[in-house]
Amino acid sequence: MIYVENKDLVIPGQVLADDEYYSGRGTFKENGKVCSSLIGLVSLRNKKIRVIPLKSKYVPKKGDVVIGKINDVRFSMWDVDINSPYSGILPAFEVFGREKKELNKVYDVGDVLFLRVVDVDEIKKAKLGLKGRGMGKFKGGIIVDIAPTKVPRLIGKKGSMINMIKDKTNCKIVVGQNGLVWVKGDEDMEQLTKDVIHLIEAEAHTSGLTNKIKNKLYLAIDGELPHEEVNEEEEEFVLEKPKLQNFKEELEQEEREAEENKIEKEEKPNIAEVIEELKRKNKKDNALSYGDNSNNSFILNNK
Amino acid sequence: MSEMIRQDGRKFDELRPIKIEAGVLERADGSAYLEVGGNKILVAVYGPRESYIRRLLEPNTGVIRVRYNMAPFSVDDRKRPGPDRRSSEISKITADALRPALMLENYPRSMIDIYIEVIEAEGGTRCAGITAASVALVDAGIPMKDIVVGCAAGKVNDEVVLDLSEYEDKEGQADVPLAIMPRTGEITLLQSDGNLTEEEFAKAIDLAMEGCLEVSKLQKEALMKKYSTE
Repeated sequence: MIYVENKDLVIPGQVLADDEYYSGRGTFKENGKVCSSLIGLVSLRNKKIRVIPLKSKYVPKKGDVVIGKINDVRFSMWDVDINSPYSGILPAFEVFGREKKELNKVYDVGDVLFLRVVDVDEIKKAKLGLKGRGMGKFKGGIIVDIAPTKVPRLIGKKGSMINMIKDKTNCKIVVGQNGLVWVKGDEDMEQLTKDVIHLIEAEAHTSGLTNKIKNKLYLAIDGELPHEEVNEEEEEFVLEKPKLQNFKEELEQEEREAEENKIEKEEKPNIAEVIEELKRKNKKDNALSYGDNSNNSFILNNK
Repeated sequence: MSEMIRQDGRKFDELRPIKIEAGVLERADGSAYLEVGGNKILVAVYGPRESYIRRLLEPNTGVIRVRYNMAPFSVDDRKRPGPDRRSSEISKITADALRPALMLENYPRSMIDIYIEVIEAEGGTRCAGITAASVALVDAGIPMKDIVVGCAAGKVNDEVVLDLSEYEDKEGQADVPLAIMPRTGEITLLQSDGNLTEEEFAKAIDLAMEGCLEVSKLQKEALMKKYSTE
């Protein structure tokens, strides 16, 4: 017996289903009932119930790409704030190899970096690295802070959302899985992008969001709505789907994670897929040759 | 006997009017605002976050820290600002009341800070504080087994009544604050101040339990309202 439907909003302690269902992430089993432990949206697949949280803190995972700020320079490492309950460290050898240099001449306190989580130890301290193209220090731009759970929504299916924003605002955007987003472009556009990103965060659980954002962007930049009426209707159909897809991707990813018992050997699949797809699609676009195929850095440059 | 009308016109099992709102503060991770009768309480939750107090951290789970504070203007006589014996006690019992509901195993070596600010007080602030704090915790997206809810019962004019006001608290014979996890009915806080017979005590607990379930509905409504309309 199940008491909720897919995508229902649930709160902690709410009974979701009876014993015959499996308890996934965001839920727990007590006295033969599956209950939610979070405020979030229900996702149901093959008798497995999960709750996708509306809000959460970033917990570092091996293989993630994150944006971090240098907090402290120590003898042989940097302390990095990665917008998480756990701080990250960037060891000097990850940057220099065996060479010896002065650390604070390379990255100083306050610098913002694009990093990869190389390893997470048992006390959840994240060891960071710079392997992969596009990693390193950001120059200029602004940082926008969103909930890490909303990151897949901001990227959209195969990058549909983020690419649309990029195209329209002419900004460079880099999304870290820890919920920090780096935006660089014209000052007005940076501001607009920031507003749009916050809007996406606030309305992440509503449907038809891509279209809404699209209209808002067109209205703000061109002063009018996109006028391909026929096209739009088609697109609406296509765009309605991505959300489900995206949801599904997220679930699949979570499922895999659960199976791997929290130790991921695999690379982040959903974003990796997104990037891969994008690259394939835009192969002619040589600006996208950022990052080779083996890594899943997702700097998606502008045309 | 049960038809007795109380000082503020309520029936013996009637709660004061309650208003709960979730997510009122922009910069806190979670927050809640609650009014019960003349009480006005604001709660902010921060975390899980890295703590600067190393000795408090646990290697296998997250920890919570509660600060209950009354504003100097919250009561008729000016309350001397800063922590005192009463607020330290309430901070501790609030943390103890909330802890059984939290699932912090996934956040070892982290800390959650809960700040309960009483802006205006009119009796029953500790229960109101617990009620508001658990709404704020849910709003912060912290995994929990249940939403803890608090409510008091007591004895006034030889009659067991629900949800004491400030007047009843001062003039009455006993005060029994209670906090429960409403799904299972587990009690997480039970205090008793004053004189009660065994029967009266049992009756007070039953009454407070019912009050808790009533308040719990409002908590859930507040959370649903905050997130479902968007």
